[in-house]
Amino acid sequence: MRAPPNSTDLPVLLPMARPVRASEIGKVELGRAGLWAMLVVAAIGLIGEARAAPSDPGLLALLWKWAPLIFQGFLFNLLVSFLSMAIGTAAGAVLGLAQVSLLPQVRQASWFATQFFRNAPWLVLLFYCMFLLPFEIRLFDYVIPLPAWFKATIGLALPVMANMAEIVRGGVQSVPAAQLESAEALAFTRRQILWQIILPQCVTRMTPPWMNLYAILTMATPLISIVGVQESMSLTRAALNAEGRIELLVPMYLMLLVWFFLYCYPIARWTIRLERRFAVKI
Amino acid sequence: MAWTADQPLIALVDVHKSFGKTEVLKGITFSVAKGEVICVIGPSGSGKSTLLRCINALVPIDRGSIKVEGQEVNDPALDKLALRRKVGMVFQQYNLFPHKTALQNVMMAPIQVLKQDRKEVEERAHRLLRKVRLQDKASSYPGELSGGQQQRVAIARSLAMNPDVMLFDEVTAALDPETKKEVLVTIRELAEEGMTCLLVTHEMGFAREVAHRIHFTDGGRIIESGPPEEFFAKAKDPRTRQFLSQIL
Repeated sequence: MRAPPNSTDLPVLLPMARPVRASEIGKVELGRAGLWAMLVVAAIGLIGEARAAPSDPGLLALLWKWAPLIFQGFLFNLLVSFLSMAIGTAAGAVLGLAQVSLLPQVRQASWFATQFFRNAPWLVLLFYCMFLLPFEIRLFDYVIPLPAWFKATIGLALPVMANMAEIVRGGVQSVPAAQLESAEALAFTRRQILWQIILPQCVTRMTPPWMNLYAILTMATPLISIVGVQESMSLTRAALNAEGRIELLVPMYLMLLVWFFLYCYPIARWTIRLERRFAVKI
Repeated sequence: MAWTADQPLIALVDVHKSFGKTEVLKGITFSVAKGEVICVIGPSGSGKSTLLRCINALVPIDRGSIKVEGQEVNDPALDKLALRRKVGMVFQQYNLFPHKTALQNVMMAPIQVLKQDRKEVEERAHRLLRKVRLQDKASSYPGELSGGQQQRVAIARSLAMNPDVMLFDEVTAALDPETKKEVLVTIRELAEEGMTCLLVTHEMGFAREVAHRIHFTDGGRIIESGPPEEFFAKAKDPRTRQFLSQIL
């Protein structure tokens, strides 16, 4: 506590300390943590009170009614994101390694494939997969059905594959050439060098961009609603149609946005943390 | 024509190498006998490091012949891996594998390349680390070791393959005087044990002490050669004299 220059040092004459200080600090912290939640609730509540006719059920009640169904759709989005990521990662790793192959044909072909899928709009790739892939595959006596959601998963896996390929290529090339040289001098084969020396060194470097790619993919999964796959986005639209209340539009989409935010934001934070940690390590 | 120990272990004849338009090696000829310690000295950019890399086929040569134990290196059908198992190499920048401990660095190649028994290799690796005086650093990662310590691990790593000859590429150039000494002591011990060594170095004192023969290179050619006493006392070529006057 600093006294103004010409004042007395008698405690009685000092300005009174503000007793609310401590609780204010608490409020600030609480407010920061719950800012999003409060904003959402406030927005929904305000819109509901302002527009709902007295006899109709409140907007919050309607949201509550539809939330479980839409949340199931949201979980389906996550399932599609897992599958696309798994397929895209596996295919992208192969494609990325092909780009550092010793064979020029392999290198060129994989480079072309990577660039093609990396520079294509995701939605167009999605449409391509929906229309080009058959609805079932005949393998001898077996008929393997290809449902629309699976085709859409493949459609999303393609750009993931191309981006993953770039992550792998960049990771491999980020390992100093001297490592390769000293491994060669020790008579390691090229395969051993790749698996034992290069890849273990760049996996940590590839993890943050890979997580980033996953977050982007997750946020792109509602695209599959456009090609007719039922997920959170199409279910939200269906719920809105069923209720037929225009004022429900904003809060319902907002609810979906918040779910995506709550899922993707921690991934982004975690990615940044990992990036920082790996940056310090030699 | 089987190779016998009385023939040179390494024989270079008229070796030429260009990178693009720059000719780095313009006809190098010399040989290394078994148990010999040869130092190659000369100004930077005179192709010394390239020369070493040609010997274990890290860099292909354009013309001439390099024979290691009678086997032609300049041959498209060469089994590079077999050659590299016989020729150990230590680099200026150590190049240890940063994701492996000192012990693992030493053990990796014998286990994966020579397919030797892990237990045996581990025993030998501990012995080699003791030899380079780093037995208590076995479980340290390269990032936790000083430059001199890393370089000694690199020497142990190379020795673990039981090579017939060791190539040292300016292994002390990145070290401070004190750590330099630890590394040089290690190399001298190796030389005294009879290991065939070919060193590219700027350590004149060390070369004078340890080498059996010194080659001075400049502009891709060997300008002058001789045993150390003779080389340092009465160099004939003016370029050699000028180089030595700057360094000594």
